[in-house]
Amino acid sequence: MSALVITAIGPASSVQDGGRFGAQRYGLVPSGAMDRLALAAANCLVGNALFAAAIEVGPLGTTFTAREGAVRVALAGAVRSVDIAKRPVAFDTSMTLADGESLNLGFARGGTFSYLAIEGGVQGEPMFGSLAVNARAGLGSPYPRPLQTGDKLQVAAASGAVERAIDFAAVTEGPIRVVMGPQDDEFGDATQLFLDSEWKISATSDRMGYRLEGPVIKHLHGHNIVSDGTVNGSIQVPGNGAPIVLMPDRGTSGGYPKIATVITADLGRFAQTPAGRAFRFKAISMAEAQVEARKFAELLRTLPDRVHDAQNSVLDIEALQSANVAGAAVNAFDARTWQIQVQD
Amino acid sequence: MAATLSPPRILPSGDSAITVEFSRNIDDDANRRVLALDRTMARDAIAGVTETVPTYRSLLVHYDPVQIGFEELGEKLTALAQLPVPPTISTRRWCIPVSYGGEHGIDLEDVAKTLNTTPDDIVARHVAGDYRVAMIGFTPGWSYLSGLEDFLQMPRRQNPRLLTPAGTISIGGVQTGVQCLAGPSGWHLLGRTAVRTYQLHRDPIFLLEPGDAVMFSAVDAKTFAEQDRAAESGEIVAELMAS
Repeated sequence: MSALVITAIGPASSVQDGGRFGAQRYGLVPSGAMDRLALAAANCLVGNALFAAAIEVGPLGTTFTAREGAVRVALAGAVRSVDIAKRPVAFDTSMTLADGESLNLGFARGGTFSYLAIEGGVQGEPMFGSLAVNARAGLGSPYPRPLQTGDKLQVAAASGAVERAIDFAAVTEGPIRVVMGPQDDEFGDATQLFLDSEWKISATSDRMGYRLEGPVIKHLHGHNIVSDGTVNGSIQVPGNGAPIVLMPDRGTSGGYPKIATVITADLGRFAQTPAGRAFRFKAISMAEAQVEARKFAELLRTLPDRVHDAQNSVLDIEALQSANVAGAAVNAFDARTWQIQVQD
Repeated sequence: MAATLSPPRILPSGDSAITVEFSRNIDDDANRRVLALDRTMARDAIAGVTETVPTYRSLLVHYDPVQIGFEELGEKLTALAQLPVPPTISTRRWCIPVSYGGEHGIDLEDVAKTLNTTPDDIVARHVAGDYRVAMIGFTPGWSYLSGLEDFLQMPRRQNPRLLTPAGTISIGGVQTGVQCLAGPSGWHLLGRTAVRTYQLHRDPIFLLEPGDAVMFSAVDAKTFAEQDRAAESGEIVAELMAS
């Protein structure tokens, strides 16, 4: 066994996995990763099950240190500067921290959450089949709360396997696609205003919900409906007319009308949209949405096929440079952490 | 007769869930149909359905669009929802002990004043009620009960409280509720129970099921304290009555 010590961490960082399902009827929300595709990509790189527990790292800088042995990890999701003892390392590849080495993550750029997968996953005690943190319900393991500086995760000793990379281009542009309903008939003309307007995510957003800034969306018959069930991506409109997109720590039911629902394939991309950046919604038909949902499921299913040994990759250099985490002056990497030899 | 039941509305909740809506209002008949459909689906699983969430007036059905499409599932749900509804959904009846008033029910006096009666009368009326779990939601174990007598129905508070205690028993609108975890609430707080409707490391983790019958009994603050200690160590405290 090795350990991964949280040497420094900002808010909104927690252990997350695919979430816990089957108890929404008792008021227990699934929780789980905000960006499931990024979680799955990080897990693939270290040979884990797609939705194994990993560390969802919030927008601020973070340092992890290997103790009691080497630890093999991989990063995916929101890009940020990353180094091990000042040696830059890449996203979308695996890497191994020697005992005592630290992995330093800078601020998230162009996204909010990065995922640090650990070979063998996080050791903990699952509740309802999941380690995902849901602080309000007192659930999550090894800590039923967001991670704090000084926390220590028991993890597997690094296998010494050849480092791996993934060819993986997540969609980052375009409107956030929605299916209208279930209560779009509560809004009349405001439905068109919702679709025609530019929106920004408020800085007061969290894992429960993303609050939107834009025009006031007025209800036809008032803002109280009898509570009914919610899903990830439900867009509810409370009395003040400012929509809230419900995220994985949402309440299982809600009493505000829901104008539309973000499609599954766009939920992670929406979760990664930084506060203050303008975006739009686009309504698609149920038939299109179902096609997209099946394509997204297929992408997840085939993700492990996109993983290959890192030294055979040319794409990784491009990914590294486009992520702007390696300067042109860097022309050699430590073979243990990054196996591509970059020529000047 | 099956033919007399109106079809529910089949509403899309994104690409992986359907809201089967029986009514827009709080309506006992609609809730009975919700719970009956939920029960039917638990008995005869539809391939591709992953989870169901009953609420007052609708059943949210989560599904995997790789296994079943919206149209096909919607047709199946419409047909199932029009089957005859059994008169009783659940035969379980719980008695939940409540310490009313004082620090445990800080709104009891005000509720009595608003309704032009005494706190004792409010308690007697609340205890006399025969309730049913219409839905569980919002936070783990928060059980919304139908069956509140008309006299006790009053609008929710203008200013919701940001924090109300675990185990709060409250009334709001036409409903009364058993709240498990501390949290925000806009309802009127009548008392507290030691019963945990949600408790990790206890079997069962969730005590109440949608459809269960519930009644309340009044206990004094000293009894509440004793029951609270027992509940903390994993005892159920609520009494399961003969059905």
